[in-house]
Amino acid sequence: MAGRGKLIAVIGDEDTVTGFLLGGIGELNKNRHPNFLVVEKDTTINEIEDTFRQLLNRDDIGIVLINQYIAEMVRHALDAHQRSIPAVLEIPSKDHPYDAAKDSILRRAKGMFTAEDLR
Amino acid sequence: MSGKDRIEIFPSRMAQTIMKARLKGAQTGRNLLKKKSDALTLRFRQILKKIIETKMLMGEVMREAAFSLAEAKFTAGDFSTTVIQNVNKAQVKIRAKKDNVAGVTLPVFEHYHEGTDSYELTGLARGGEQLAKLKRNYAKAVELLVELASLQTSFVTLDEAIKITNRRVNAIEHVIIPRIERTLAYIITELDEREREEFYRLKKIQEKKKILKEKSEKDLKQRMAAGEVMEPANLLAEEKDEDLLFE
Repeated sequence: MAGRGKLIAVIGDEDTVTGFLLGGIGELNKNRHPNFLVVEKDTTINEIEDTFRQLLNRDDIGIVLINQYIAEMVRHALDAHQRSIPAVLEIPSKDHPYDAAKDSILRRAKGMFTAEDLR
Repeated sequence: MSGKDRIEIFPSRMAQTIMKARLKGAQTGRNLLKKKSDALTLRFRQILKKIIETKMLMGEVMREAAFSLAEAKFTAGDFSTTVIQNVNKAQVKIRAKKDNVAGVTLPVFEHYHEGTDSYELTGLARGGEQLAKLKRNYAKAVELLVELASLQTSFVTLDEAIKITNRRVNAIEHVIIPRIERTLAYIITELDEREREEFYRLKKIQEKKKILKEKSEKDLKQRMAAGEVMEPANLLAEEKDEDLLFE
């Protein structure tokens, strides 16, 4: 059912967003709101947090991709998100490689057993 | 708290049978829930392992994609603003399907393509092949990320389900079953005591009756000896009856 299709949103630095837009996930909805946010050096944390919350509240978004260093800045907003949809995925940027210790989803599992044991 | 409660019920044999049935039911329920919790935990661990693997893989794929982006920028110049301005409709969307594991519905994402590539007309002619490679890389990254998102939502949903099931198992094991057992014990003790009371009462009555009988017999003997009471006529003895006129 094409009507139920959900979008993938991106919050990231310019390169990340460009890349994913070229991958074909970008869309402007009927209010001309984009499903992505380019975070630059002068973007305030409030702006990021607001956009993040708005994206979560939109019901046509299934996944939110966010660079890990940006996720660090709005960590509290991420941890407050308990629903399973939209799924929030932390992706590395080219300056900050992926660090499993900071991922909020994996931290929930730390209580069960350490991730390192599985590698 | 109410740790020493039992169910308020009138102790009778039927109540005992009912309580026994309830205890059996509670124990069966607890075993079933435990099995469900075990199945869910097993699946949970599998998913966690897969998530970690996929995240590592994703780190690599992203690195490669970022690399090809840098290459393309080098060849074609900075096209970021062009790309960002020309956003129109998404070609890659995702659908949420439901998967069922041991009675828990998990959401699973499936990606599908819709429409044509809207960047065909942006005229990024220079470095065309770099761009094509770049688009392919990022498309591959998107697919992987969709899979990762499915795993993650299953993970979160399963976590919740496991917590709820374990809570129920503990509630049955530490509250419901002890309560029923206490009620059963109470009923049994009450019934026993009642039986003992009955027995005691019966014995007392028998004693009383015996004493009364002895007393009345003694009385009768005394009166017969004093001559006040005759023995009643014996119908079976064949003696002449004075009242009969014609023989």
